This record gives sequence, structure tokens and C-alpha cells, in this order.
Amino acid sequence: MSRPKDAITRYKAVSRLNHWLTGICFVLLMLSGLAMFHPYFSWLSFLFGSGQWMRAIHPWIGCLLIASFLGLFIQFWHHNLWERRDTEWVKNIDKVIAKKEEELPEVGRNNAGQKGVFWAMALLVPVLFLSGLVIWEYYFGHATSIEAQRIALLIHSAAAIGAILVWIVHVYAALWVKYSMRAMIRGWVTPGWAWKHHRAWFRELAETGSRGPEANPRNRTP
Amino acid sequence: MADLQSQNYIRRSATTMTPPTTRSNVEEVAKLIDVSRCIGCKACQSACMEWNDLRPEMEEFQGAYENPHDLNPGVWTLMRFAEYENDHGDLEWLIRKDGCMHCEDPGCLKACPAPGAIVQYANGIVDFISDACIGCGYCIKGCPFNIPRVSEKDHKSYKCTLCSDRVAVGLEPACVKTCPTGAIMFGTKADMKDWAEERIEELKERGFENAGLYDPAEVGGTHVMYVLHHADKPSLYSGLPDKPHISAIIGLWKHVLKPVALLGIAFAGIGSLVHAIVSGPMETDEEDEAEARKEMERRGKS
Repeated sequence: MSRPKDAITRYKAVSRLNHWLTGICFVLLMLSGLAMFHPYFSWLSFLFGSGQWMRAIHPWIGCLLIASFLGLFIQFWHHNLWERRDTEWVKNIDKVIAKKEEELPEVGRNNAGQKGVFWAMALLVPVLFLSGLVIWEYYFGHATSIEAQRIALLIHSAAAIGAILVWIVHVYAALWVKYSMRAMIRGWVTPGWAWKHHRAWFRELAETGSRGPEANPRNRTP
Repeated sequence: MADLQSQNYIRRSATTMTPPTTRSNVEEVAKLIDVSRCIGCKACQSACMEWNDLRPEMEEFQGAYENPHDLNPGVWTLMRFAEYENDHGDLEWLIRKDGCMHCEDPGCLKACPAPGAIVQYANGIVDFISDACIGCGYCIKGCPFNIPRVSEKDHKSYKCTLCSDRVAVGLEPACVKTCPTGAIMFGTKADMKDWAEERIEELKERGFENAGLYDPAEVGGTHVMYVLHHADKPSLYSGLPDKPHISAIIGLWKHVLKPVALLGIAFAGIGSLVHAIVSGPMETDEEDEAEARKEMERRGKS
């Protein structure tokens, strides 16, 4: 479906590119990380050429991820400030899952689940980066004590598992709420979608006659 | 070098299968280092380099007898020299041949994430199979004795092999063969313990009342054992751990986090799938579009 005339821009092109760069890095890190975490996943090392290549490239992808995530953080942090209605949303998560969102306070640009994912990653990504530096044998193998590296290894794996769980929630939510993927790939949503899932945000846009953050008509497919 | 098919593995890193076990008549071996007989000549270091074709880089003099100053990827065994003033005010020169202890429960193998990069043969020798090593350095974190060293050139981890290649064909390790004072012995673990007992008796008669065998139970015993004149204080010998054990952090990581993580990921994945099948997607319909249009028109007018 090409972009309808009345579509609303949800994510600018730069945000989308930034998001998918982060996402690709995350998936590669997850696959290589799991391969080094548990023998069940060792076979994944072949995706990276060999175990040696995987071990060598994993930290570099991590560096790219934190740089990319910083871009997302700068663009999105102000959409993710916690509000009273978010607490209400979390308390009634069962209604959300049962598709009775109508009974809850109207949602702004992001719902509490999205904000939760955002802040969880904002915490876990730096933890993963810093603990990862400590166990980066090639460059920092002699920088800290072996005991510090043991602790870093434990923190790194625990944080990674946390991030993977958050990621599963994130991916499933995106698949579950139809047309979220289109919003993140193509950038636009229909007014009805915004009305249903982010009504407070939709009302704000309607108030000002805005069509979203990239209100440039040239970007719209007629 | 490749693995030694003439030996059974009893352990193989990052592997959930049972290793081959058909050979059943393998005796456990051990190297016994009698510290009280060692004269610090470093012939064992030379023999190790000679047999294993190791030529580590020449280092600057560091002001101590150790040469080089530490183990490295090309130095698999190293004489360490400690000066100790005993209770009578006499100086004792405690010389210890450092290197892999070949633990019965090897921490390096437990921590290793690369399938088959670390193996333990049925005779007890713990060997690094460099081919499969990925250079992550986890073995260093698993080792209670600070032995493995990762090469910066080929990103492989190295340590003493207990001359597994020689032992596999019925020879003694190179260091044993060369030792001029008989301070390094090699044989079945049972024989070495018997021999050590005799030697410890002698040392006790000579006044070393705390003489004893270093075969630490915390790692299931080792296949390299020391006769120490001060077995009550192993740390006198250049920091030989008094109670070596695999770090509890490694246990937390391997025994707690791994199963919890698998369960968590499986739960999240299966939960999502079940929800998708039972509840179906959250869709937007024509009604929502109509409501949205109404809202936009209303706002447009006001």
C-alpha cells in the first residue's frame, strides 16, 4: 500500500535508518553473544565465518551499537519521559494484552511499554558496553585484574540476557500491533492507527493540523 | 596441533554430548615436582622450549632470577624464585617450577565457550586444542592458578600440555627427562603419591615438620603435584594458592545464569507465540479511521 494522502508521519527517515542500524547490530551481537554464552548456540558462530572471527568482530559491533543507540537516545528521550498515565497503563497491563486498551487513559506518542523498552535499553546498553570493554581480551586483557574480568563477564552475560528479553517483548509488540512495522520501515501510519493506539498524540497533532515530525509534503507519496 | 585420538576425552569444552569412552584401561598420570630437590637450573624451561619448538622473545633483565619475568604464550613453564626467612632467621630459597597444574576439575575447560578447544584426556591431562581456540580469554578467568596466556599474534591461548604428545606414546614429559636432580618425576598418579610419601618422610626427618604433598582437593586434585617443605603455607612459594578453587563467579555464570537465561528466553518466545495464536494481532479497522476523520474535521472547524 502506498502512502495515503492523509497519512501521519511517525518516524523520520533518519530515525528509521538509525533504528535499523541499531537493530541489525543488536541481532548480530545477540547471535554471536549467545554462541559464546551457551554450547546450545555454538553453531551460530558459523554465521560469522568462524569462532575466531566472531570473537574478533563482536566487540566492534558493540562499539557501533552504542554509537547508534546514542543517536536514538538523543532523538527519542523526550518522547519517553514517564507520566502519571503511564503508571495507570502498567497497572492495567492485563487489559492491554486482552485488547481492551479503550478502558485506559489515552496514550501519548509512546505508551508505557515502549517507554519501558526505551529506558531498559538506555540502562543495559551502557552496562553492556562498559562490561564488554573489561573483557575485550585483545585490547584490555591486561588493563584490569582477572577478578575484575570475572565480575565483568558475569555482569555482561546477565545484562545481555536482560536485553534479549526486552528485545523479545519489543519485537513481539511490534508484530502484534499491526502496521507498527510499516511505521518503522516506511515511517507513516494512518490516522485511524494513531487514533486507536496513541489517541492523545493524535489529538495533539489534530489540534495543530500537523502531520507528524516530518511535515514536509514533498516526502509524501501522492 | 590436532587432538590425540589415541586417548579418550573425559571432558570437552562447550560440549553437551558424551565424549568417546571406549578405551577403558587408561591410568591417570601425574607429574611430581619435588621442590626440595630443585636447584633452579632452568633445564626444564629449556627442555620445554626445545621439545615444543618455543622461542619466546628475549626480554630485558627485570632484577630477579625469573627469566623471563612471567609465563607467556611461548613460556609454558617458569622457575619462580622466592626468598623466605624462616622462624630461625635462616634464609630459604624456595624455587618452584610454575605451569599448568592439570586440575582434575579444570576451571579453564569449564569457562571455555569454544567446542573442543579445551579437552581432558582419560589420563587426566588437560590440553588446549589450538585449532578450535577462539582467543576469548575465558580460560584465564576460569583458571585458579593464573596460567593460560593468549597470544597477541595468533589470538590463541597457550599453556603446558604436560607433553601430551610424548605421554600418548609412552614417553615422559620433556622437563622430566631433562631434570638433572630428579626433582621432576612422572608416572601414574598413584605411584607419584607413593613416591611423594617416602620423600615427605625424609623431609620430616630432616626437620621440615610441615613437609607435605600439594594435590589440592578443591579442584579435585591435580595431575601436577608438588612436594613442599612448607605444605602448610603454599603461598610462600611465589604465591602458589593455599586453597585454589574455581571462582564462585564462574559457577554463578555457568550453573545459575545459563539455565535461568535459557528458561527466560524460552518462556518469552513461547509466551509470545501462544499469545499470537490465541489472541491474534491488534488491528485497526474502518471504524477507527472514521473516528479519526471526525476528530480531524472537528478540530479543523474550531
